[in-house]
This record gives sequence, C-alpha cells and structure tokens, in this order.
Amino acid sequence: MSILVNKDTKVIVQGFTGKEGSFHAEQCLAYGTKIVGGVTPNKGGSEHLGKPVFNTVKEAVQATGATVSMIFVPPVFVADAVMEAADAGIELAVIITEGAPVRDMQAAKAYATKHNMKTIGPNCPGIITAEECKIGIMPGMIFKKGNVGLISKSGTLTYEGANQVCKEGFGISTAVGIGGDPIIGLSYKQLLPLFEADPETHAIVMIGEIGGDLEIQAAAFIKEHITKPVVAFIAGQTAPKGKRMGHAGAIVSGGAGTAAEKMAALEAAGVKVVVSPADIGKAVAEALAK
Amino acid sequence: MNIHEYQAKQIFAKYGVPTPKGLMAESVEQAVANAKELGGPIWVVKAQIHAGGRGLGGGVKLARSIEEVEKLSKEILGMTLVTHQTGPEGKLVQKLYIEDGADIKDELYLGVVLDRAREMPVIMASTEGGMAIEDVAHDSPEKIIKIAVDPAIGFQGFHGRELVFGLGITDPAEQKKFISFASKLYKLYMENDAEMIEINPLVKTGSGDFLALDGKMGFDDSALGRHPDIEAMRDISEEDADEREAGEHGLSYVSLDGEIGCMVNGAGLAMGTMDTINYMGGTPANFLDVGGKANAETVAKGFEIILKNPKVKAIFVNIFGGIVRCDRIANGILEATKLVDVHVPVIVRLDGTNAPEAAEILRNANIANVIAATDLADGAAKAVAAAKQAK
Repeated sequence: MSILVNKDTKVIVQGFTGKEGSFHAEQCLAYGTKIVGGVTPNKGGSEHLGKPVFNTVKEAVQATGATVSMIFVPPVFVADAVMEAADAGIELAVIITEGAPVRDMQAAKAYATKHNMKTIGPNCPGIITAEECKIGIMPGMIFKKGNVGLISKSGTLTYEGANQVCKEGFGISTAVGIGGDPIIGLSYKQLLPLFEADPETHAIVMIGEIGGDLEIQAAAFIKEHITKPVVAFIAGQTAPKGKRMGHAGAIVSGGAGTAAEKMAALEAAGVKVVVSPADIGKAVAEALAK
Repeated sequence: MNIHEYQAKQIFAKYGVPTPKGLMAESVEQAVANAKELGGPIWVVKAQIHAGGRGLGGGVKLARSIEEVEKLSKEILGMTLVTHQTGPEGKLVQKLYIEDGADIKDELYLGVVLDRAREMPVIMASTEGGMAIEDVAHDSPEKIIKIAVDPAIGFQGFHGRELVFGLGITDPAEQKKFISFASKLYKLYMENDAEMIEINPLVKTGSGDFLALDGKMGFDDSALGRHPDIEAMRDISEEDADEREAGEHGLSYVSLDGEIGCMVNGAGLAMGTMDTINYMGGTPANFLDVGGKANAETVAKGFEIILKNPKVKAIFVNIFGGIVRCDRIANGILEATKLVDVHVPVIVRLDGTNAPEAAEILRNANIANVIAATDLADGAAKAVAAAKQAK
C-alpha cells in the first residue's frame, strides 16, 4: 500500500522530449516508474526513450490508458498543459515546472477541480512511493521503503527529512512535495486523510514554511481526524518579516503565517514539532517506538 | 516586482481609474516646473520610494505656494526616509511626485490581493482610509469588507453592490462612480498580472467623486515576461544591490544581520539551515538559495556576494542534491577559491546525488579552510564553532 501512486501506475510525460523532461523521465524509468509514453506536439508517432510520443494528451491516454501525467513544459505553457490533461481524463497531474504565473494557475486549478483531476505542485519535486514509483525530480536512492508518510512544501527539505528517517532505520511509504507557490494542488489537508487510511503508513512527517495558512488548516484537521503520530517542522523561524525567501509562498506579512503561530497550532493539535530540521529523524524514531 | 506611486497612477489612468493630476520630478527645478504646470493653488510634494508609511515619515507634505513647493522639494529630495516598511536604515529619496491637492471629504481604503485559501483575487475595502490597514485588520477586522471575485465570471454587479452597501455609500450617483472605480481596478489587476494593489487613501471629494490619492502595486515576477511595459518600470535603485546581483546569476539572496554565511539549495532547506544555526547558538548572515541550476560560476558568485559582508566569520555550504548534483557544487567551491579570496572557514556538507564523487573532488583538492561535515546538525555545529573561534 501507499498513497496515490504505486508500481502499477501508468504515467505519461508532458514536455517529454525537452531537456528537463528527457533527463528526469529517464531517471524515473530507471527507478521503475511505469512511464508509458509522452506528449510533445508535432513529434507524435516518434519514439523517445523507447516509449511512444503523442501529439496530444487525449491520444496518449487513449493509446496507453495512462492516469497520471508528469508536467515539464515551460512556465507559460503550464496552465495549458494542466487543462489539457484534465480535459483528457487524467486523474492526477504532477507539475514540476517552476515559475508558472499565479493567474494562470488560478485558472488551471479551477479547471482541474471541475474535472475531478488532482494536481500536485507546481514548482515541486513531485511524488514518490518508495521503491515503486517516482514521478518527479527527487534523488530516488534516498527513499527506502518503509512506514513513514511525508508531506513537504520544500523540495530539499523533503530529501533532508526522508534521508534522516531512513538513517534512523525506518523508511518512506509515499513522499509528496506539494510546492510552495501561492496556488498549489493537493495540500496537507487533502493528503493527511490518505495517509491516515493507508495501513502501510504508521507515522507522518509534515514539513511547512512561513507564509499562508495551510499548516494552520492542517493543525485543525489533525486534531479532529488524524490518529497516527505526526512530526512537523516549520522552516523560516529566523526569517525577517516582509522579506521574500525564494518561494513565493515563503513571505511573512501582517503577522499572519509566522513560524511561531504555525508551530503553536500544530503543538496544540498534538503534533511533535521540532525546532531544527536536523531533529526530524530522531523525532520520528521516538514516535514509532511508542 | 514593485513600482512607484507615480507609475501605478500611470496604469490607473490608462484604465480610467481617477487620480489627481500629477507629474514626477527628479530635481527641485523640475518639481517647481511641474507645480507651475499643474497650476495649484495647492500641491502635494510626495517622496517616491518603494515603501508605505511615507506620510508619517515626513515624505509627503502640502504646499500652498510655488515657493513652498521649492522649499519642500529641497527638503525631501535626497533625504533618507525611514518608515515602518523601510527598516531602520531607511531609503534615499531620488524622485518626487508633485500632485494637485484634493478636496478631501472622506478617506477610504481599497485594495486587491490574491486570497490563497479561496484561490482567487479578493477586493478589500474599508471606511478606515488613511490608516495602516494592518492595524485596522488587527483592531477592528469587521471594518474590512472582503469580496472574492472568481476570475471565471469576473467583476459582476453584485460584487459592486456588496462593496458600496458595505461601505455605507448610499447616494446612487456615488454608488455608480465607486462601482465603476472598483471594477476598473479589478480589471487592471487581472490584465497586468498584479500581485497586489493598494489605494490608501482613496478619497471622496466634496463633489462626490472618488480619487486614488495613493497607489501601490506589486507584480507577479513569473508573469513579467508578458508585460514588457511593466518590466520597463523597474527601478533598480530601489532594490538591494547585492540581492539584485545575485538574482542576475540565478541566485536568491537576502542579507541578514548575523555572522555565518549560508549557501544552500532550495528555499525551504535554506530557511531550515538558518533555523538550525540559530538553534545552535549562531546567527545567519544571509539567506542564499543557489537554485536548481547551480554551476561552478554561480556558486563562485555566491561566495563573492556572501564575502562582501564584512561580518561573515564562517560560511556553511549545505547542499542536498536532487537536481543540483553535488559534484558540480564541489567544483564550484574549487572554482570560487580561485576567483575569490575565501578568508573564512568554509564548512561543506554535500549529500544526495553524486555525493561520494563530490567528497572525492574536495578531498583531492586539499584546500585549507574547507571543513567537511557529515550532516546538517554536524555542519551547523561546526559553522557555529568556527564563527565563535574567529572572534
């Protein structure tokens, strides 16, 4: 078991033949992901990395039965690609591209929701079910199979957290990098119940950031609905107010969305909150030893 | 990206959002000429900097004669204006906006921002114009009206009615004017990929007209490519020189007050690294995200920017390689030591893709000053210790 994706998940790649798309699709194939083809307009009928290339997502879905799309197209084409995937009946779009305009994502997300398509990202490392299916750009080798679910806004903190969990002798069921943009797809609140329902997941690591209120919403949800132990870290405790720290989401303003507020809300919900990301692994080990 | 008030008002004018007449000046002579052209009898001399709170800081003053315009322009141009948004160091005033004085009857607030929870723009309005909206939100949140507008349907009549009734505007002619004002503002927010617009105050004049007395706009950096006219409004003198230089090399840099320079990949890990340094008793000197496409050149640039800060006593390089391969970072560190005089200890933690190769590269290079760390905690501890030793 795992959440959202596993070894049988059929995946297509939008932006398949581009530089980034090619490099990462090859890495995913090497990891064992069932990539069944890709989409690049005007290259339909050809083959790339030993898989068929289609002109449209619709053709790709009809020919391969793919249910998930990994999106690598350039930023200004992201919204178009997401809406095309939704229109073609894709169930989950994993959007890796960084720098998609916010207005575009508003429209794309609304359209995806209308078509019951889930999205992850944009500007994220993707999703990985350890030793089964990697859809994204994370270094696969650090994700050993195990019983810890991970949700993170930050890409590199996903790796940091997973690596520590594995070094403590545990492993990852599924890890999801949700991205830190102002408009994102699946968030903590939608992913937590999936981990709660997954018998293979025994504990959950949640990595957040300053800015927005997704972690506050998550805290309220955890209090009501989550029985499994949750370990959390919020990045940006030392970030000065009003300064933007790389991610569009990581900006504190007007007193809302500070690390302190989020940490307090999570602690009040019974979450084990660590002050340094270096303590994530240890905290997970302690939670699972109980 | 942010723009000046006078530029925001140029955009307002293009969309028919009413503003007082005004002209930008970069010298006292120009300010006086502008005042003469506007005609008076009352002018407002306004400092143009990218920060709010200019009035309270002494950067906005009323003039009742051309002589007074000249006197105030001399005072304000070239002053360092300190407001609650500039930080204690303040901002140098290099541009003025000379504007017609308005007949103010009421002061309102109107803004448009993205509501992340609803994933659509929200129009915010308040009768408490002229005050810091943060304070209004804190002290009397019921005085802020929030109307979310779904871009799929755009600004509709009911949005307008909710606004005017919420603000207590009862005169039908005034209602019509305000609704038109708000709908134009929403339109220009959407069409220009704005991140936020704030008009504080928006005034009602004695004759029942609504005027944008102030105007603040920020834009989505990711969308600037399709707005060359907006991008042309960039005023680089308003941006931190080091932050801008870093940006030109694909690095995201923010300077802070501490002693330990940080070079990290990914915004989250970069903040997490700062938090860990702080937790271990040290102080971070900066936030620096080398991004996903780091190479020897960009990393060397990162060192150069970090080392410009004389407070830096040690540098912590913390890389977890996903897209960024660690061997590239290792080569960057070697390159940097050739290009820049790295006179402080550099603690290096490289993990992830090609970490063993990276360790090999650093070992073979055998550079003094470079200290290897095994993980985040180890690296942060060593950096804190090195900075303390350097004192």
